[in-house]
Amino acid sequence: MKLQFFLNGTDVVWDVRPDEYLSNALRRHGIFSIRVGCDESICGSCTVLVDEKPVLSCSVLAITVNGKHVTTVEGIQEEVARLSHFFGEEGANQCSYCGSGMAIIIHALKKEYKNPTDEQIRDFMVGNICRCTGYHSQFKAIKAYLAEGK
Amino acid sequence: MKKFKVVNNKTHSVCGQAEMMGRAVYTQDYEVPGSLVLKMLRSPHAFARIKKIDTSKAEALNGVKCVLTYKNVPHVAFSRAGQGAPQPSPIDKFILDEYVRFIGDEVACVAAINEQIAEDALKLIEVEYEVLEPVLDYKTAYKSKNVIHPEEGISQAFEMGFRPKDNVAASYEMEVGDVEKELAKCDVVIEHAAETQAQAHAMLEPHTCNARLDEHNRLVIYSSTQTPFHVRRIMAQTLGMPLSQIRIVKPRVGGGFGGKQQFHGEMFVALVTLRTGLPSSMIYTREEVFASSYTRHPMYISMKIGADKDGTIRAIDCHALSDTGAYGEHALTVFMIVGSKVLPLYNKVKAVRFGGRVLYTNHVPAGAYRGYGAIQGNYVLESAIDMLAEKLHMDPVELRKKNSMKEKETSPIFEIMGEGTKGTAMIMESCKLPYCIDRGAELIGWKEKYPRKQVGPHKVRSVGCAIAMQGSGIPFSDMGSCAITLQDGGFYMVRCGATDIGQGSDTLISQIVAEELMTTVDKVIIYSSDTDLAPFDVGAYASSTTYISGNAAWKTAIKMRERLISEAATMLEVKEKDIIFDGKTFKAGNKEISLFDLSNKLIYSAPQHQVAVTESYIGHVSPPPFMAAYAEVEVDTETGEYEVLDYVSVVDCGTTINPMLAKGQVEGGITQGFGMASTEEVIYNSKGQLLTNSFLYYHVPTCKTIKHLTTEFADSYEPTGPFGAKSVGEIGIDTPPAVLCNAIYNAVGVRINSLPITPEKILKAMKEKEGK
Ligand code: FES
Ligand code: FES
Repeated sequence: MKLQFFLNGTDVVWDVRPDEYLSNALRRHGIFSIRVGCDESICGSCTVLVDEKPVLSCSVLAITVNGKHVTTVEGIQEEVARLSHFFGEEGANQCSYCGSGMAIIIHALKKEYKNPTDEQIRDFMVGNICRCTGYHSQFKAIKAYLAEGK
Repeated sequence: MKKFKVVNNKTHSVCGQAEMMGRAVYTQDYEVPGSLVLKMLRSPHAFARIKKIDTSKAEALNGVKCVLTYKNVPHVAFSRAGQGAPQPSPIDKFILDEYVRFIGDEVACVAAINEQIAEDALKLIEVEYEVLEPVLDYKTAYKSKNVIHPEEGISQAFEMGFRPKDNVAASYEMEVGDVEKELAKCDVVIEHAAETQAQAHAMLEPHTCNARLDEHNRLVIYSSTQTPFHVRRIMAQTLGMPLSQIRIVKPRVGGGFGGKQQFHGEMFVALVTLRTGLPSSMIYTREEVFASSYTRHPMYISMKIGADKDGTIRAIDCHALSDTGAYGEHALTVFMIVGSKVLPLYNKVKAVRFGGRVLYTNHVPAGAYRGYGAIQGNYVLESAIDMLAEKLHMDPVELRKKNSMKEKETSPIFEIMGEGTKGTAMIMESCKLPYCIDRGAELIGWKEKYPRKQVGPHKVRSVGCAIAMQGSGIPFSDMGSCAITLQDGGFYMVRCGATDIGQGSDTLISQIVAEELMTTVDKVIIYSSDTDLAPFDVGAYASSTTYISGNAAWKTAIKMRERLISEAATMLEVKEKDIIFDGKTFKAGNKEISLFDLSNKLIYSAPQHQVAVTESYIGHVSPPPFMAAYAEVEVDTETGEYEVLDYVSVVDCGTTINPMLAKGQVEGGITQGFGMASTEEVIYNSKGQLLTNSFLYYHVPTCKTIKHLTTEFADSYEPTGPFGAKSVGEIGIDTPPAVLCNAIYNAVGVRINSLPITPEKILKAMKEKEGK
């Protein structure tokens, strides 16, 4: 099937199977930031933005984003580089398999709140599993990142 | 503490940014586009014999390139454990077998041009099973009439008590002194027993591997493995191939925790690619990661501890039963760690005994998992120590301080128990455990908070504690190597076998090299774990990386510095001893040359040679990291629910090469251990099927599980470690079960003797206690 959508701002037309999930279609087209941790809509590592809202790309069919805007880590490289600096400061990237999903969530959090409370930050992070860090360092890194330039 | 410039200073993960930015760095990203997709037909029975298997319809399906069954793969027994040689695990697995021994075991493997066709082909395979009666309880598995491994051709590399006809994968017994006699002399003896579950590793990246033939027609496998060199060796032996025809590459790995020490799909992608000539790829589904890879060994452990009235512990008697599931991977070695990395904590005993059996069952196989027996042993021992303290009317912190290991002391256990074999005697050159205990008590506010405080009509706050130790590699067994070449332009290329699985070994090895060569991490380019390009290393297990691989890197860097000085001396025509090198410039009197110029001259003018050095390191001791842990919990006495308000860890791992990553190891370990202690419930149904086979049912900690983590390191220096370091990868995971168990007891007076400690169990125990 033909799928037309905006991938990181670029108008693209892809050939996808009707039963193909968005995560698969993206990876098939070289969007490697999509890390498929569970493929069962729980771990958050495959998170993308669809029209600026976080969506688990393993849980929606590719065809459902027809005409929509999809943002992945590839589309917000500078922002993620900056965020990863704070992760580096706190030792919050171990295997980083959770990292790009986490970066997308933080992008969405920043859009949603100007000054999020700790609880609001955790509410955004809670759907993203990290098996390595214990979250504490990530939480600190995210706070420092959000506080930057304030 | 010694002053360092790079080591022990903040250094960002050398790969963290690229990973987070979504670069193609993990195994799946290296799959050749268009690779054959491998899917596995798995056993629906806990125990069965394949009477008939017909793959003709599957093979006839358009797009199917290859179907593997036990009939067309080499029938050579091997162990998937991914250990050194001789292997300390039973050699009890065939690539594919006539028998299937757990629900999820491998029956047949299909390779097709896409996933859909592979899945369709699985449905076309006709299998007729002779269903056998499974053994589903390890406590009654011994000498059961149902023998899980009746087959010929399986063996042990050395005597480890492997008795397959009795369902015994391994057994072990040891005694120092006379335990019965000492216990009889004690004023107080307590008895305790508890049970642990089959925790899942739940690393975020599923087991993944892919294969292709290269330009020399050699087999090249990319794999998310912790042990590339062991995979190469064991694969060559099992497939009857020359080692020289196999290359294993480990790219970035999305977490391992022991679960990727072992073989997963490597044999299958190898066979498919060798047979078809086509590239192939295998990625476990999440359900397969849960139900068809490996778990932690469930155990039932009983302890008897005897002490004098004054709180001197005289004897410990520990007996354990372990469930290795369908195959005996790490059966013996994990079992021994229950004793060897737990019991020496209380080293002043007059007698100590440890023993028991590891049984086969028809459950998902158990294997290596961070903590590796120590977490199971710690839970039971450290609960028992609290029980003893209560009986002695002593503060549990005081009891621990009085009896635990101190610097320059030893334990006879070190010499007796090793990793599957005899151990190595050693003195604790660095042990700041007494400091860790005191500092942790201070940080949690033990004096004010122990044992409990009522903070609401049905809310109680309490504290609990435990201490732990681990090791740093396996002495006289684990070997790591490193090779450094000086490049023109004045930077260094480091190749090492150390296996970064997310714990950050590439980063800390870069730091060690940079420190010794007085440069910065950006001048050290590291490439690791590729059997073609890197020198040998056993891989990432047994907390060996910082200590063993780190020492190898340090030794190599020292050698490089010596070589550089000698090259500079020749070039400047001065004596080596007159040279002062500061990392950038070589000076001797009024003569000098920069590293940059030296490196360029060496390559392009005279003498025109490559400066390269290689060194290896093998441990002669395994200096244990130590820690003390405390938690403050709030328990709801009406619901049994609880919350961890703070988890305090004070750790002695010598010098922290990378303080932030070391902290990450501890905090990640704590959280994972806390998952085992609290939410990671494992449920099998009566047929032996693992029901907790998804993140939906198997609850790993989220960012809301532990409110706060407080982590500190003791000022400590291990003289045998690289820049004073010991390893730190596992120790963090050991304490949470005991700490939580003790804290809950202190809060509501019930001791939960099986993991996980759920609100339901707490409430039930409270009701039972009230009823009495
Ligand atoms: S891979 Fe999509 S949520 Fe886990
Ligand atoms: S860093 Fe490994 S899963 Fe988060």
